[in-house]
Amino acid sequence: MRDARWRDRLRPGGYSAVALLRHGITNRAWPPAWQTPELARGYDVVIVGGGVHGLATAYYLARNHGITNVAVVEKSYLGSGGSGRNTAILRSNYLTPEGVRFYDRSLTLYRRLAAELNYNVMFSRRGHLTLAHSDSSLRTMRWRAEVNKACRVDSEIVGPAEVKGLVPFLDVSDRARYPILGALYHPPGGIIRHDAVVWGYARAADAMGVHIHQDTEVTGIDVVGGRVTGVRTSRGPIATTVVLNATAGWSSLVSDLAGVRLPVQTFPLQAAVTEPVRPFLDTVVVSGTLHVYVSQTDRGELVFGASVDPFASYSTRGSLEFIEGLATHVLQLMPSLSTLRLLRQWAGLCDMTPDFAPIMGRTDVDGFLVDVGWGTYGFKAGPVAGEAMAECVATGETPQLISAFGLDRFAAGALVGEKGAAAVGH
Amino acid sequence: MILLPCPWCGHRDAGEFRYVGEGTRRPDPETATRQQWRDYLYLRANVAGWTTERWYHRMGCRRYLSLRRNTLTNEVAIGDGP
Repeated sequence: MRDARWRDRLRPGGYSAVALLRHGITNRAWPPAWQTPELARGYDVVIVGGGVHGLATAYYLARNHGITNVAVVEKSYLGSGGSGRNTAILRSNYLTPEGVRFYDRSLTLYRRLAAELNYNVMFSRRGHLTLAHSDSSLRTMRWRAEVNKACRVDSEIVGPAEVKGLVPFLDVSDRARYPILGALYHPPGGIIRHDAVVWGYARAADAMGVHIHQDTEVTGIDVVGGRVTGVRTSRGPIATTVVLNATAGWSSLVSDLAGVRLPVQTFPLQAAVTEPVRPFLDTVVVSGTLHVYVSQTDRGELVFGASVDPFASYSTRGSLEFIEGLATHVLQLMPSLSTLRLLRQWAGLCDMTPDFAPIMGRTDVDGFLVDVGWGTYGFKAGPVAGEAMAECVATGETPQLISAFGLDRFAAGALVGEKGAAAVGH
Repeated sequence: MILLPCPWCGHRDAGEFRYVGEGTRRPDPETATRQQWRDYLYLRANVAGWTTERWYHRMGCRRYLSLRRNTLTNEVAIGDGP
């Protein structure tokens, strides 16, 4: 393993201090991080969606199961959807044991991703603070903390004084409109560079023989006798027996192509970023009551996220109402930010399911799998979703870790109920 | 700002309304199968384009209304629309 990694670093495209020096001296261009191959006539597996979920699945298919005759088809550029629009917060302090175990596996994979992929994904462990503004939210947080501890996830309740110690800029006085009564503190939480995660997985998958096709839109999925036989794309047809829908925003429309209906509604979620300032915030701060989460990037910008827009839409245009509400809420938490200027705002599409949990695994159509319904928590689950879906594709069995997230749970009435910990605050 | 045409109050800011969603027909609880009932509860067409949907004018006349909206652009049309 160690030898393989060293070879990887020394090959022409490998990244290392030696390679950097060599390129600095010779001034040669770096080789492209991934190839742009011709569309083959057939693949063993076709993954729809070139985001973190699709690319991670391709990577783990190749690395863990030796399946490399795989195509990832993306209608735009890699990471153009949710993977490049989220606020890049990682945490595993969920409410249900299923959720906690699942996201904790993801956090473990994220922590060692840079070394594994030979790609700097800039993971930064910050500590994650979810503020409680009422007795009832404090009660839920205590519940969450106990579930977390039972699953060996570091998570505890802290009081206002400790909150002030962690984030001196917070208004913890009792004069605030929504006074801070305490918080759920989750030290392993952090942030990461989301584009780098996408590029790192793409580069590693490509190196193992996976074909990545950008600007290739899926226009149809052929199903004969309840079995997938192929995919039609804007660049021509592909014969395959396994299709994985790893899209976000458009997941219900892509599933409709295969005749599989999903209990999903698409809502935009808006986020915004300020001008860069000196580092002052080394914790991720979340307030469910105020519908806001704040973190400071390595560049010094403050990234703000919120809950989804109040009505379903596929439009990714930002709105003034959102910015007004966001600014109000942020200033209630940190009044000293009032002179900071916003740089830009954007929106990403979130596939909301009735129980705020994803839909993963096989469907009634043989060979058509889904990894969808990722709502507002898809990015932080990218690695574990890829690992689990790769196992599902390779073995035909649903891994224990995702057995609670099957599409059949809605008809069976076995919903997961993660809304309390997933709705706002990522 | 998105304006929604309320038949009673005229064009008002969308913030005054609550989004109810696309219309679904409730099956007869006496005869519906479990599958039909779950479908009614959870499945939506989730249309990308023009769709008919229900809104509730909670900060105005407090009545329910139907309108046509293009979910790709958020254009709104009165009545049956395009």
